[in-house]
Amino acid sequence: MNSIKKYYLQIADNALILSHRLSEYSSYGPYLEEDLATTNVALDLIGIAESVYQEAARIDGEEKTGDDLVYRRDESSFFNCLMVEQPNTDFACIMVRQFFTDAFHFYFFTELVNSADPFLAELGVKSIKEIAYHLRRSSEWMIRLGDGTEEANVRTQNAINRLWRFTDEFFEENEIDREMSANGKGVSLEVVQKNWLVKINEILYMSNLKLPENKFQLSGGKKGQHTEHMGFILTEMQYLPSKYPDATW
Amino acid sequence: MIKEITDTESLLKEFEAKIDSEIKIEPRDWMPEEYRAHLIRQISQHAHSEVIGMQPEGNWISRAPSLRSKKILLAKIQDEGGHGLYLYSAAETLGVSRDEFIQWLHQGKAKYSSVFNYPTLNWADIGAIGWLVDGAAITNQVSLQRTSYGPYARAMVRICKEESFHQRQGYEIMWRMMEGTKEQKAMAQDALNRWWWPALMMFGPHDNDSPRTSLAMKWKIKRETNDNLRQKFIDKTIPQAELIGLKIPDAALTLNADGTYSHGEINWEEFNQVIKGNGPCNQQRLEHHIRAHEEGEWVRKTAEVAAIKHKKK
Amino acid sequence: MNSTENQGQLWEVFIQSKPGLPFKHAGSVHAFDKDLAIENARDVYTRRNEGTSLWVVPSKEIVAVDIREASYFFESADDKIYRHPTFYEMPEGVKNM
Repeated sequence: MNSIKKYYLQIADNALILSHRLSEYSSYGPYLEEDLATTNVALDLIGIAESVYQEAARIDGEEKTGDDLVYRRDESSFFNCLMVEQPNTDFACIMVRQFFTDAFHFYFFTELVNSADPFLAELGVKSIKEIAYHLRRSSEWMIRLGDGTEEANVRTQNAINRLWRFTDEFFEENEIDREMSANGKGVSLEVVQKNWLVKINEILYMSNLKLPENKFQLSGGKKGQHTEHMGFILTEMQYLPSKYPDATW
Repeated sequence: MIKEITDTESLLKEFEAKIDSEIKIEPRDWMPEEYRAHLIRQISQHAHSEVIGMQPEGNWISRAPSLRSKKILLAKIQDEGGHGLYLYSAAETLGVSRDEFIQWLHQGKAKYSSVFNYPTLNWADIGAIGWLVDGAAITNQVSLQRTSYGPYARAMVRICKEESFHQRQGYEIMWRMMEGTKEQKAMAQDALNRWWWPALMMFGPHDNDSPRTSLAMKWKIKRETNDNLRQKFIDKTIPQAELIGLKIPDAALTLNADGTYSHGEINWEEFNQVIKGNGPCNQQRLEHHIRAHEEGEWVRKTAEVAAIKHKKK
Repeated sequence: MNSTENQGQLWEVFIQSKPGLPFKHAGSVHAFDKDLAIENARDVYTRRNEGTSLWVVPSKEIVAVDIREASYFFESADDKIYRHPTFYEMPEGVKNM
């Protein structure tokens, strides 16, 4: 697969799978306004994913449309990080997953604006406004969750402890990242990680929460080796096109 | 110096004069207790319907077969939630809190539209809901834009503006499927077969069997009768079905000389059972709503406590 | 906990559809703090680019005219019709008036 296309897919797959998880939460929210707010974020992310998939399909010519990339790819050809596959266990998990990913996206897209690839640069510019809003929202929720009631603090600390192991993968540089970084089209993940850590520490401090003792890390998503959740996500997502391959919807 | 108004009879006269001259009644106006009670029930039940309606459609979000259809479905469901919000806002102006409305729903004291007690079994159901259920809602809601209570009327105007994309979304799905494979056509017809009658039941009992209609019409809460609205819906929808090759599941359907349709008898026994709580999904819909509410309790609580701590109220 | 507050406080939402225009009341939202109030208002009331600016006010902060006072509060404007331009006769043909 050509490098640029894979780089695009890394970006789009993260947005797609995270938006999928968020969209599963529709009508399960703790109150109506929050339900709508979550759906808004999901919609923004689908928009980002869709524009990247369309471009990826266009430059490569192997698939006919962006949707082919979403609905006809095998699990081992998805390159999203493990973080975004994690389930909607409770509101604390949802928000911690969101906060970690929003912060990554924010600093990533901030750098992307300077990409030598015109599509990526424009993607950065367009997406940063929405991502900034998402980060503002999830940061504020971290504070409400960490610095509100005792119960919320405990649940949120648990979520942090459980999800921390997926955070390093955001910044894991593979061959594609190095190649793209070298030719000015990609982003330095080292820079992104530095900024991300500052943000995380700042918000955790304000939320009366801490980094976990166990700093153990897992990865594999960027290589197409996912958690057991991914199979079920794709089974649902791809169900109709899988079952009726000749149908258009 | 405050002019104390204590004469109920003259207040009632003033109230009815406003109604007669199409002047809206606003939250701080005097109104008969029955008017207030009727509105509290009608507006909050309308709100509950929008929120419960998020569930049958939500059932297919994760299986939406294209990014475009997924975005559109999400946006539609978000709109439904938003409509619930506008309606709860309007209902709250009558002096009852949203929390109380939710409690009444959970206790079975409040109803929501019967149509959402049916399951969504294939992707075409999403089309059928947008086309028929939203179509029926539009027919009803256009009429409600002229309802006598100000906040309700304004909410309805807002809702109507947003509603028309919903019907198009649904019809587009049905159309595409009817232009598609054999399986898709079968799914579309199957969905129509299951949703047609529940959509007709949305307009409520026949006028003669509807005890509350006359007062609601007198006070212009309701602007048209159930049967009138139902007929309007049928007459505009049947040609839409025929255009894309769908057959209405009613053997007794006949086209009259004046262009209107006469239809078979609605199964009122089924309607009454569903209203009572004995429909295919009543239990599931309510349990889902109760569960989300209960599981959300700690979240609402921490938001409340954090706000006080940080003095952001 | 006070059960009427379980959904957060009620806030009234005002939208300015274009710069320079007045803010219009759009409805209300429930929220636990002012950040949630303004963000939720944006999510609920401006999905279709309905506005360039937004105000939210806790409903309990709104001062309204009491119904019992309404008639004397507003009535006195009735006999001051000289405040309206239509009260005045103008010669035919006058421009810019």
